[in-house]
Amino acid sequence: MSAITAPVKAGDPGYIDLSESRRPPLSRLVGVEIRKMTDTKAGLWLLITIGVVTVLVNTLFLIFGDKEDLPFLAFLQFSAMPQGMLLPVLAILLVTQEWGQRTGLVTFSQVPHRGRVLMAKLVAALLFVLAAFAVAVVVALILTPIAGADDPWQYVSVAYISKVILALLLGGLWGFAFGTALLNSAFAIVAYFAVPTVISIITSIWTSMQEKLLWFDLGSSSGQLFDPHNLTGEEWAQVGTGTLIWIVLPIAIGMWRITRTEIK
Amino acid sequence: MIKVENLTKKYGDFTAVNDISFVAQPGRVTGFLGPNGAGKSTSMRMMVGLTKADSGTVTVGGHDYMDIPNPGQHVGVLLDASAQHAGRTGREVLALSAATMGLPTSRVDEMLELVSLTGSESRRRVKNYSLGMRQRLGIANALMGDPSVLILDEPANGLDPAGIRWMRGLLKGYAQRGGTVLLSSHLLHEVQMIADELVMIGRGEIVAEGTPQELLRDSGTFFRALESDQLVKALADAGISASAVADGFRTEVEPVQVGKIAAEHQITLVELKLADGGLEDLFLELTAETQRETYSEGAQK
Repeated sequence: MSAITAPVKAGDPGYIDLSESRRPPLSRLVGVEIRKMTDTKAGLWLLITIGVVTVLVNTLFLIFGDKEDLPFLAFLQFSAMPQGMLLPVLAILLVTQEWGQRTGLVTFSQVPHRGRVLMAKLVAALLFVLAAFAVAVVVALILTPIAGADDPWQYVSVAYISKVILALLLGGLWGFAFGTALLNSAFAIVAYFAVPTVISIITSIWTSMQEKLLWFDLGSSSGQLFDPHNLTGEEWAQVGTGTLIWIVLPIAIGMWRITRTEIK
Repeated sequence: MIKVENLTKKYGDFTAVNDISFVAQPGRVTGFLGPNGAGKSTSMRMMVGLTKADSGTVTVGGHDYMDIPNPGQHVGVLLDASAQHAGRTGREVLALSAATMGLPTSRVDEMLELVSLTGSESRRRVKNYSLGMRQRLGIANALMGDPSVLILDEPANGLDPAGIRWMRGLLKGYAQRGGTVLLSSHLLHEVQMIADELVMIGRGEIVAEGTPQELLRDSGTFFRALESDQLVKALADAGISASAVADGFRTEVEPVQVGKIAAEHQITLVELKLADGGLEDLFLELTAETQRETYSEGAQK
């Protein structure tokens, strides 16, 4: 076995020259992750559903709602409901498909630094959220003049739009966080819908604790971001603690798992 | 070249890979042979950074795999042909790899042609692929970046005899152009057909390595002759014992000695070759031991 003790050096037969080898840039990996969400039936239909439901919900409200009462802002809020539910699912699938379908064997052998793949998935998930928001804005811009409310642009400000975007991004991050921590599509989706429900049930039963539970209830605290009124300092702090508990902590656990466990 | 040194991986009390060392040389097809559960796949995952070794090192082309900036362009990897998204088309699977490595999509068509997947097959979803087609797709994926090293886990699994012959041609040609190939198999005959070098692993340890000829050298000689009684007697006179095996005889000496004695006595040899029983026996022994282990493990659960 003495032959195998010397390391392989430049010039030796079988030595691989890496001087021309370049890491795939993050932008390319993000592009690949976006493609992975659109190239399967499940992913494609989820995207189509998000688009169709957004248009459909707004149209139904336009047809059956009180038209004078439908400013631009109302349409944005209609879009936020289905998008807030479906975009996190998309973020979950973006992560968990590598484990459920075992494509991680290929993905992580081509990009062995797993944190870079995770970062690309995170950016891709957030880009999907922004794209969905853009669709919501376009739909609202088209429907607002049709509805013809008295003050169609009431409350519309950069600050408010930023809050709505933040709320949608937090939703996407929440899904991403659960997907990352659980690495299983079904578990993550169930947990994503069950956790806020359970918290709201506890809140409604345990009324004396209602105030304190808001610090844990990211669903409620981030829901306030859709409200045109400014959040108080305490409400912002509640968004912060909820984010720490339900987004930062699961992502940290997930990163720990993903970078250490073996990919099989 | 792939250099494995003192590689060890434990899962709790169970040692999956126990201090293995070997080299897969450039220009050669190295067969990594062992029964199921012998530690082949675990070793291969450790080579490409998917499983962390407890101790020992692997270098691919002189580098730690994790230090290769764009590994797909240097090391082609196929660890499980079935580990693909069932809902993607074959073409899309390759296109994703090409995109990750920064290669033009024309490369996808070249690879499809290389592995003989037709245009209509490539547009079908992977869930509708046979195992043989998945293997072809996996090989195409591994070769996508024009790597100089190939690491293939059970690539012949699911291929029909024509497919195995095709793969032998492909991998031999690849090795002749200077590439390094490491492929695993649990089938002795399959790997004997393809590999230039064999590394046999059983229960996490390397039990034999060398060319198939070297490994067979100790196993003796098989012969058949028209005047077989006469030859057995002549061999006995020379102090060589032979025993009847199937329709011929087996002896411990090398074929050349049997041939010389046959020539001296003008005996017509019909068949004279290295007996393949030795390798087969060793392999079956390993398989049997591992199987017993699997049963007891199952019973404990």
